[in-house]
Amino acid sequence: MTTDAPAIELKGISKAFGPVQANRDITMSVARGTIHGIVGENGAGKSTLMSILYGFYKADRGEIFINGKLTPIPDSQAAIRAGIGMVHQHFKLVENFTVVENVILGAEDGALLRPSIAKARKLLTELAKDYGLNVDPDAVVEDLSVGHQQRVEILKQLYRQADILILDEPTGVLTPSEADQLFRILERLREEGKTIILITHKLREIMEITDTVSVMRRGEMTNTVKTSDTSPAELAEMMVGRKVLLEVDKPPATPGEVVLKVEDLRVSRGGVERVKGVSFEIRRGEILGIAGVAGNGQTELLEVLGGMIPAQGGTVSLFGEPIDITGKHSNGQTRRARGIGHVPEDRQDEGLIMPYEAWENVAFGYHKDPRYNSGILMNHAAIKDDCVDKMQRYDVRPPNPRLPARNFSGGNQQKIVVAREMDRAPDLLLVGQPTRGVDIGAIEFIHKQIIALRDQGKAILLVSVELDEIMGLSDRIAVMFDGRIMGERLPSETDQNELGLLMAGVTEGAA
Amino acid sequence: MDFLTILQILDSTVRLATPLLLACLAGLYSERAGVFDIGLEGKILASAFFSAAVAFTSGWVWIGLLAGIGASMVLAALHGVASITFRGNQLISGVAINFLAAGLTVVIAQTWFRQGGRTPALSGDGRFENVVLPGAESTIRGIAQQGPLGQVYSELISGHSILVYIALAIVPLTWWVLYRTRFGLRLRAVGENPAAVDTAGVSVVALRFSAVLIAGVLCGLAGAYLSTALSAGFVRDMSAGRGFIALAALIFAKWRPWYALSACLLFGFFDAVGNRYQNIQLGEIVVPVQFMQALPYILVVIVLAGLVGKAIPPRAGGEPYVKER
Repeated sequence: MTTDAPAIELKGISKAFGPVQANRDITMSVARGTIHGIVGENGAGKSTLMSILYGFYKADRGEIFINGKLTPIPDSQAAIRAGIGMVHQHFKLVENFTVVENVILGAEDGALLRPSIAKARKLLTELAKDYGLNVDPDAVVEDLSVGHQQRVEILKQLYRQADILILDEPTGVLTPSEADQLFRILERLREEGKTIILITHKLREIMEITDTVSVMRRGEMTNTVKTSDTSPAELAEMMVGRKVLLEVDKPPATPGEVVLKVEDLRVSRGGVERVKGVSFEIRRGEILGIAGVAGNGQTELLEVLGGMIPAQGGTVSLFGEPIDITGKHSNGQTRRARGIGHVPEDRQDEGLIMPYEAWENVAFGYHKDPRYNSGILMNHAAIKDDCVDKMQRYDVRPPNPRLPARNFSGGNQQKIVVAREMDRAPDLLLVGQPTRGVDIGAIEFIHKQIIALRDQGKAILLVSVELDEIMGLSDRIAVMFDGRIMGERLPSETDQNELGLLMAGVTEGAA
Repeated sequence: MDFLTILQILDSTVRLATPLLLACLAGLYSERAGVFDIGLEGKILASAFFSAAVAFTSGWVWIGLLAGIGASMVLAALHGVASITFRGNQLISGVAINFLAAGLTVVIAQTWFRQGGRTPALSGDGRFENVVLPGAESTIRGIAQQGPLGQVYSELISGHSILVYIALAIVPLTWWVLYRTRFGLRLRAVGENPAAVDTAGVSVVALRFSAVLIAGVLCGLAGAYLSTALSAGFVRDMSAGRGFIALAALIFAKWRPWYALSACLLFGFFDAVGNRYQNIQLGEIVVPVQFMQALPYILVVIVLAGLVGKAIPPRAGGEPYVKER
């Protein structure tokens, strides 16, 4: 531990998948006891590079040095032996095992479990004290919050005595306060001399926590800079290869007549009232943003308006005409017929059918459109043509209608959904988490599309847990907490602090 | 109904539950590791034939048992290659094994023994004899003269084939392996989330193969028990759906070893009652024997309809593991 050699040094790493060069001649060096960020758009090769470092893939060429020593990493076991631990974006936990069972899995001391479990329990208590990683060792993982599950992943790596931690998009699933706690933990780990590689595309996080940052673009590592010498705008430009507008550029709204009017809406799910009497309206040419920590009723609100679940009470009207929100005519089909488009929160479960090809996904919900459908047979050629057309206009890459939805990157999947729902210029567009897990270039594009639809005089309901997005896009902001709207604000007259308090349920009087 | 009759029914329950129990535990290992196995039936049948055939030819039942286990493991390995190595559909592979065993056993039996697809009757060292435990009576007359405790010991506890005791011993052994050993932890993990096992640096393929092969051994025991202990020789289709009943018992048991014992004893009990009573008289109404024989199956339907609580299968069950980026 006294050498000055970098913790990790990659020299000339290249990896190709068939004709696709995922990594090209990558050279990188990370000093011990630092947090090193890697940014890049989806598909830039970050995950491939980390998979090589963790032994999931073998590089075609190149060398890996750990603490100055040439270390071949043919498989994950070699990576673990070299002191490398990885916290994957989708946790690799056995959900119905306890924390301690998950921690020892694969790192048991002997054929019998009892001694390993006793040892792990003791070590977990120490780690909890040292790093602020408090988790009940006997809790079952599926009962833990996402933030705590992530702690279990980190504990797993520390138990294996990892000195180098790779975190792949760690904050994608966390609430802002959970993300904050994670960063405190990472800082503690850095103080203890651990080396951390953080993969993210949230530039704010890079600026906040990293010491150095590398930018990847199209399989190459284009820049490595000290974080203190750069800015989010500069990083974004390096990632995308052109100037990117991080702030949404939008003309002031000119609201017209009322499009959607919601009164005293009540929604229950699983016997629990999730939406407890919500009222609001949206006018033409206006974006109403709904902010809130995930799970405060926004999902149910969107699903009722989108016709996915029934409401228990209240009224909803579109242009003054009531909408059936409880009966058998309450479904996505009738909503679309009334001119309501819906980009659902979870594109993989609700927006797309992942094994289906892009052109099929483009037709879903609109499959009765006479252009697609002659009554009995679907007109596949017409749908495919339409799909190609949409892919071009919405910049879906690759523009191949025959590719299954799951083979597109997150950003391009979302563009397919956005193209389907927005291209018909619905009078009311419901948008849930439009940019969750989407890279910077695609975020900019999707935001522009939403603004453009607003400027055509359409009404938009935006639900997002990203405060930046809410602040940037909305003309009015409503904050939901525990199924109620805590208050409405104009973006120009509020700030993240005030909204954060409302999101935590603190009302004006108490604040 | 006197006490001895009850004991006799329970005794027969244990005998009939044994092949179910072995098959059910076989399914437990396999499915806990994430590999569905509807080929239990085929493996039992193959083992039943080969153990009887080899036991007859060699004149020694232990050699027959080894042959039966061997045959069952060959089919298990086939299932492993198809569904683990080549990531094929586990149900289709299982169905194929069932057909293969149903056809091959009869064809081979016919060419080998020329007795219409059955093996000659086994006797002497060619069969598993019943073990008489020390101090137990083995004759009906002897038992009838004992007190109640002695009767329980002699009729119910003593007098089974060695395979029955082995099967019963495998229940706590399985519990211990699953919950107290490293292998068990990994086995359960690979059936829930193979990616977690893989990223921990443990081979998913090796774990699943060992589970499938253990299932092969247990099905081998079940088959040998059918043809060399419960009966004396192989007849076509003698497994009679036990592989499938075992799967139902596995669901009933929620993939847990002790529950599996209870579930199999319950199914065995209904079998025993059905076998013993042609008709049950309930006042004016006569319950036909067919009803009693159908009871285990009716029970299966009730179980699968979810009346007996919620059964959550291992989450990665049925899915071949493909490493993702």
